[in-house]
Amino acid sequence: MSIEVDPSSEFADYAHPESLVSTEWLQEHLGRPGLVVVESDEDVLLYETGHIPGAVKIDWHTDLNDQVQRDYVDGERFAELLSAKGIARDDTVVFYGDKNNWWAAYALWVFTLFGHPDVRLLDGGRDKWIAEGRDLTTEPTRREPVEYPIVERDDTIVRAFKDDVIAHLGKPLIDVRSPEEYSGERTEIPGYPTESALRAGHIPSAASVPWARAAAPDATFKRRPELETIYLGEAGLKPGDDVIAYCRIGERSSHTWFVLTHLLGFENVRNYDGSWTEWGSAVRVPIVTGSEPGKIPLR
Amino acid sequence: MTSQPFDDDRAGLAPALAEIRDDFLALEQPDRLQLLLEFSNELPELPERYRDHPDLLERVVECQSPVYIFVEVDDSNIVHLHATAPRESPTTRGFASILVQGLAGLSADEVLAVPDDYPQTIGLTQAVSPLRIRGMSALLGRTKRQVREKLVA
Repeated sequence: MSIEVDPSSEFADYAHPESLVSTEWLQEHLGRPGLVVVESDEDVLLYETGHIPGAVKIDWHTDLNDQVQRDYVDGERFAELLSAKGIARDDTVVFYGDKNNWWAAYALWVFTLFGHPDVRLLDGGRDKWIAEGRDLTTEPTRREPVEYPIVERDDTIVRAFKDDVIAHLGKPLIDVRSPEEYSGERTEIPGYPTESALRAGHIPSAASVPWARAAAPDATFKRRPELETIYLGEAGLKPGDDVIAYCRIGERSSHTWFVLTHLLGFENVRNYDGSWTEWGSAVRVPIVTGSEPGKIPLR
Repeated sequence: MTSQPFDDDRAGLAPALAEIRDDFLALEQPDRLQLLLEFSNELPELPERYRDHPDLLERVVECQSPVYIFVEVDDSNIVHLHATAPRESPTTRGFASILVQGLAGLSADEVLAVPDDYPQTIGLTQAVSPLRIRGMSALLGRTKRQVREKLVA
């Protein structure tokens, strides 16, 4: 049972306006049966300091990643997780989080791997909700466990592996990291040196479009005309293109994946979650340094 | 990982650090996060005299959130660790607070003797993730480095 979409006029231009909800809409719909609000943050304790009333927490690392192998949880574990959180397969799930919804977009993307039908982002995320003085609570959310079906993860539609990227060379790639990471001046961003790679630079031919260019100062997404100027104008994407986005570990590129897929309507966008922490440490993959995209090596 | 008993004498672990570790290990995983949150809320404000001296504060760049530390070694050779991190970064604040409380009153030599793997032994790697725990290791490492520098100076 899906909940009606947010009819806000500011979303109307997007390819899939149903993928976003505003803070006003969420406030009005809190507690509605069939709606589950999920908070996903970079900081594993932020939810505990205060969250949207009724929201459950899903942590990108401890909940969604396999704890041994570098991969996402499997269908069985995902079903256990969602069952325990009280999320049914036909629930509308609205994600929000800190840092411009980085991790919220990442969680939404992981839910997409399992084909959860109705997933949406809170435009502006946690920051906007708080900036508007809306309610937060430290009251733990208790939802009755439900039966979530075991659905096998589909890694073929929105996820790319290293070999997929190699096969994709020649088609558009978007590098969403900082210009310094792109050029190879550094292998990490300030504050994240533990997620490093052995070599620096970018995948040949990738266009540099730092993820934050899609975000407005209040953490909402920029509106469609501005996004088109950036991604179709400057980055040169054409409607119908197959695109792969990457960053370091796939979280910032989830944000860009959301923009390209849900806001601009590209139908074949994949997130390369191995990203630079894999590519920059892999043996014999081509790397370009400097601020130019560079050429694809002859094979 | 954390199931083995620790030999505190061998490890040279200060009593306050040992107590903090035991408190965490005595709890189930979700409760460990709550205890970390309590530590987070207990992180003291920077002393007045440092608030207007950003130049004295060292950024711990290994932490995902902005956290700054400053170490003093007083005339009695006692170490004072000061740390500041924003409210929006409760995990980092919690890590800093554990060290501020755990190192309180220790001499320079005692701080330098704290095992470098202390952050991995307090039962948070599963609740918080090993990746995030590295931020605490960096806090400890930088604290020790500042102590060494102060001893030389």
